[in-house]
Amino acid sequence: MNLDFAQLVPSIPYILYGIWVTLQFVAVSLVLGFLWGTVLSLFKIGKITVLRWFADAYTSVFRGTPLILQMLLIYYAVPQLTGIDIGAFSAGVLTFALNSAAYISEIIRAGINAVDKGQKEAAMALGVPYRTMMLKIILPQAFKNILPALMNEFITLTKESAIVSVIGALDIMRRAQIVGASNYRFFEPLLLAGLVYYLLVMMLTLAGRVMERRLAKSD
Amino acid sequence: MIDVQSLKKSFGSNQVLKGISTSIKKGEVIAVIGPSGSGKSTFLRCLNLLETHDEGSILLEGKDINEMELHLRKKIGMVFQHFNLFPHLTVLENVTFAPQQVLKISKSEAEKEALDLLKTVGLSDKANSYPSNLSGGQKQRVAIARALAMKPEVMLFDEPTSALDPEMVKEVLQVMKNLVKLGMTMIIVTHEMGFAKEVADRVLFMDDGKLVEDQEPAIFFENPKTDRAKAFLEKVL
Repeated sequence: MNLDFAQLVPSIPYILYGIWVTLQFVAVSLVLGFLWGTVLSLFKIGKITVLRWFADAYTSVFRGTPLILQMLLIYYAVPQLTGIDIGAFSAGVLTFALNSAAYISEIIRAGINAVDKGQKEAAMALGVPYRTMMLKIILPQAFKNILPALMNEFITLTKESAIVSVIGALDIMRRAQIVGASNYRFFEPLLLAGLVYYLLVMMLTLAGRVMERRLAKSD
Repeated sequence: MIDVQSLKKSFGSNQVLKGISTSIKKGEVIAVIGPSGSGKSTFLRCLNLLETHDEGSILLEGKDINEMELHLRKKIGMVFQHFNLFPHLTVLENVTFAPQQVLKISKSEAEKEALDLLKTVGLSDKANSYPSNLSGGQKQRVAIARALAMKPEVMLFDEPTSALDPEMVKEVLQVMKNLVKLGMTMIIVTHEMGFAKEVADRVLFMDDGKLVEDQEPAIFFENPKTDRAKAFLEKVL
């Protein structure tokens, strides 16, 4: 055993600053992915054939190819085609939002379908327009059902965000690697990075439980 | 008020309504009875476009209902067998939801009217409860209050007591009787023969997608004309 955490100490703030980068990255991806995923799920259950077809094809492609490939395509290949250089952070956010939207749309679609169809009929019989019915009656019930699955997706997103280090975004993972390379000691910084990710995931899990309990007040 | 002409409806190859014609006057109370699968519920659901009919026509005050979807539903209230209360909203919110969202009534006014309605169905004390904390009879009474909050001109009841425990049937029927007294136009699909006999102005007896008898209850229950109705009544009475 040859561990030396003392040597890591000066680099700890540098690695910890990556938390901020990772959190920003995850938060933006999550919000965008969630919104886009909701829209896609509405396409999937809607009556417009073209949109339904599009959403199904979209999901199939994003679920059927590796995330890292999608990211490299957006980061390296898009600038090659268009001449627009979008930067590592933006490319990462874009990829994660587009990718998680595919998964989230499936989760939400299942959640909407699981809401008793009597709810839709009751809303229709009261003359409630489709939009209001979806936003105020169906989706709130669907979200309650799918919260555990959604939290799972968010946790996956947080962990998988580590692959943006591949395109050079300075997240926790990338910083741990840089520190490892400069000290020529990898175990300590990687261990620290692992601990940070674990704590982030635990925080998300706890937040999910709190939300679940709050939504359960009508039970 | 409502005119139904040769109404036909199929689900796939299964024709559930085979040409129903009738008309309902303002203030009338109609009981629709018949065996399971006779098309009673489908008929009712066609009246507020929860099902769209294939052939024939339904006119509300002379206008084709196909051309007035949302407007139609403001005029027609519906009560379901399984209540279909919104589980994530309190009793009060269930009743105020549509008036606020559809009629654009202010929250305070909607709540005031809702509390009045809850009083008339005997549930003032449950305003802030969630539906999951209510009994079946209480849920159905809230559902009636919710429909009434839209100030409908016609109320449709789709087997309102069929999902209830026997001891809760009475409280719901009592609320419905009060509505009859107020002169509400009501169309009630029901298996409660005693109730139909007591409150209905007319009984529509349906069998196999057809309207077999259309009679005053006194005549229908004492002297049904058709063998089919006789056989049905012998089983249920």
